[in-house]
Amino acid sequence: MSLPNAARDAMRVASVALVVLVSLFTFKGCGKPAESPVRSFVDEPFPKKLSEWHLFVRESALSQPNQRVLPYDLNTPLFSDYASKYRFVWLPAGASAKYREDSVFDFPVGTVFVKSFAFPANGDSTKERFVETRLLVHSKSGWVGLPYIWNTGQTEATLELVPDPVHIRYVDSSGKHRDFTYFIPNANECKQCHDNERVMLPIGPKARNLNKDFLYADGAENQLARWTKIGYLQGAPSPEALPKVARWDVPSSGTLEARARAYLDNNCAHCHQPGGTGGYTALDLRIASSDPKALGQCKSPNSAGRIGSLTYDLIPGYPEESILLARMESTRPKEMMPQIGRSVVHEEGVALIREWIRSLPGEGISCAQSASR
Amino acid sequence: MKKSLAPAMAIAIIALFALSACNRQSPASFQKHLQEQLIGAKPGAIIELPEGKFQFDRTLSLTVDKVTIRGRGMDKTILSFAGQKEGASGLLVKANDFEIADLAIEDSAGDGLSIQGGHNITVRRVRVEWTRGPNTANGPYAIYPAECTNVLVEDSVARGAADAGFYIGQSDNVVMRRNRSEYNVDGYEVENAQHVDVYDNVAVHNSGGIGVFNLPDLPKQGGKFVRVFRNQVYENNTPNFAPKSLGPIYYLPTGTGMYVMAINNVEIFQNKIHDNNTTNLYVIQYNEGIGDPIKDKRFRPFTEQVYFHDNEISGGGKVPDLRLDDVKAVSQAAGGALPDVLYDGVVAPEILAARKGPNPAQICLANNGSFTFLNLDAGKGFKHPVRDVKAYRCTLPAQEQVSIPQIAGGASSAAVGGR
Repeated sequence: MSLPNAARDAMRVASVALVVLVSLFTFKGCGKPAESPVRSFVDEPFPKKLSEWHLFVRESALSQPNQRVLPYDLNTPLFSDYASKYRFVWLPAGASAKYREDSVFDFPVGTVFVKSFAFPANGDSTKERFVETRLLVHSKSGWVGLPYIWNTGQTEATLELVPDPVHIRYVDSSGKHRDFTYFIPNANECKQCHDNERVMLPIGPKARNLNKDFLYADGAENQLARWTKIGYLQGAPSPEALPKVARWDVPSSGTLEARARAYLDNNCAHCHQPGGTGGYTALDLRIASSDPKALGQCKSPNSAGRIGSLTYDLIPGYPEESILLARMESTRPKEMMPQIGRSVVHEEGVALIREWIRSLPGEGISCAQSASR
Repeated sequence: MKKSLAPAMAIAIIALFALSACNRQSPASFQKHLQEQLIGAKPGAIIELPEGKFQFDRTLSLTVDKVTIRGRGMDKTILSFAGQKEGASGLLVKANDFEIADLAIEDSAGDGLSIQGGHNITVRRVRVEWTRGPNTANGPYAIYPAECTNVLVEDSVARGAADAGFYIGQSDNVVMRRNRSEYNVDGYEVENAQHVDVYDNVAVHNSGGIGVFNLPDLPKQGGKFVRVFRNQVYENNTPNFAPKSLGPIYYLPTGTGMYVMAINNVEIFQNKIHDNNTTNLYVIQYNEGIGDPIKDKRFRPFTEQVYFHDNEISGGGKVPDLRLDDVKAVSQAAGGALPDVLYDGVVAPEILAARKGPNPAQICLANNGSFTFLNLDAGKGFKHPVRDVKAYRCTLPAQEQVSIPQIAGGASSAAVGGR
């Protein structure tokens, strides 16, 4: 049911990566055949089984990434019901992504992003259970999202275009009981977040979000420097010259404003930007957005409205009267945000945004007054 | 006819039994199966849905172009989203060349049928309804195409929407015809859209019948060139049940037959508009009181060049909606009842400067028989209200008929009788 400890920790805490390395050698020592290289599928039909991609050395439960399957993480990730998320990227031999400063890099056909979602096991929060592994594949006809769902034995994950919801129940390390239905996005719902103008794109791997150190098996290194070194990335400036977003939960990484905006950038802006699913509402929550109205300040939600008696997306200084916060705090389908991929309230994220809205100065007063008419 | 029907009916009944037998699967699996079909569909696919009521607890979505979804009738094939757990919309479509016909969508958490950013969209004989009737907690829009081009919505029914039954927003080239909208807050809304024909529809027992307007802060601005004709718009007196959070619609006075706001080049003709209790036709500028202060530089709040002619209009304004302070003030000033046609009289400064005379905004009311009228003179402090319609008897050039590929030869060749 659960992962071998060493393997889980290796992915969870990179400092244990050395153990993985050792165990890898052990495998070879035992005379087992080396894992065949990653197989890339760039056209339909895509494999039914995750193991057919050879992304991991052992098919069971994602223990060790295969050669050139590079783990990475993000300064400020998307919240997903407190799931642990494990990210990897693989590029075809000889191919590399082209650096872009503001947007997702230009990745070559054949690129595979891997994101696995795990929750603490029911009854033993020291162990984790994998629920799904999402592949985002740059196929010949564009990016495609492929949800692979893990079996109860954690031995294989199967492609399901419309996965069933999963009941998640556990006690987390702080003793908090979690009990909810986890909705795995279906293949269309992938697009709901990843589409812009009906073109599907990755969301996370942008320079500003990747610009951080990662503890690789052979030591810590800036991720973009590593990607450049192994040929995955071309054209990136030196790390000092790279853009960087704050880590939403690390106060030393940026001001309250910087952390809140990083949070909105990575949790909301994929839809709330021109061309995104929520673009028609004219709310633009990208990190570069600077027009107060586009950020929701004293902006009525127009036809997207509807939550309680609230009137404006964001009223500076008044978090409890701001629709944006109310949507984050809601779990009712009609009013909650994001609309998909969240069943549980992200309490720490809510706290951050509440603090940020409260800190905002300016014309808030007048829009608050007109709101309370 | 009768004779030949019998064997056909027998076959139909057999087919029905066969279908209901093979569709006796759990609700969850029907939902899953249909979503899989929609994801796996190839362009050109026709997805036929059997008769029956099917339960969904998640938004159903389609992103493949050139797909048709077809049921067996708007009272026979029912997709029910009662108790929806995930997603707001019932059916969410982001695809081109989409057609949906002969089914019903009921009780979705948010909008019933939401179609975003598609070309060549056809909605035919579809019913979208909140079955508990008017309720503030109902979804806002029944049929909601936004940012689309070439849209046909016909022979469909909407009931119970907490904003609009039939909405068209930020779209270009639209025909809405022969639909029935009842017990919604607004029957039909044309918002920030251009080249729209709305005809042969019924709007009854909504809070308002048909609204044609622009709002600020939406990506697409400058809606205009709208024709509204041969509609029946009557007894739209259901108390407005929109939640305040929906913004402008909350301020729609109960009993508004038609309203035209912040738009120009609108032609309204040959409609039957009667017994709407606040007023039969309300011509107004966008008022900051109903929404945001205007910061959108692309937005003009003024209403101009409205050509309202050859309509039958009667019995409006008998019991104005005193819930709203503005209406209350106007009603008091007018001595209780309001007229059939209410015009706020606000004119853009640049128009005032450029065009002299009593009707610089060119609000033209021609050949509508006898009806009552009031220009509130709201732009100049309500000082000189005008009840005489004489200055507003003028004509404007007819708007052009909308042409969409779904209707061969354009919208309605018989539409513009006698002009």
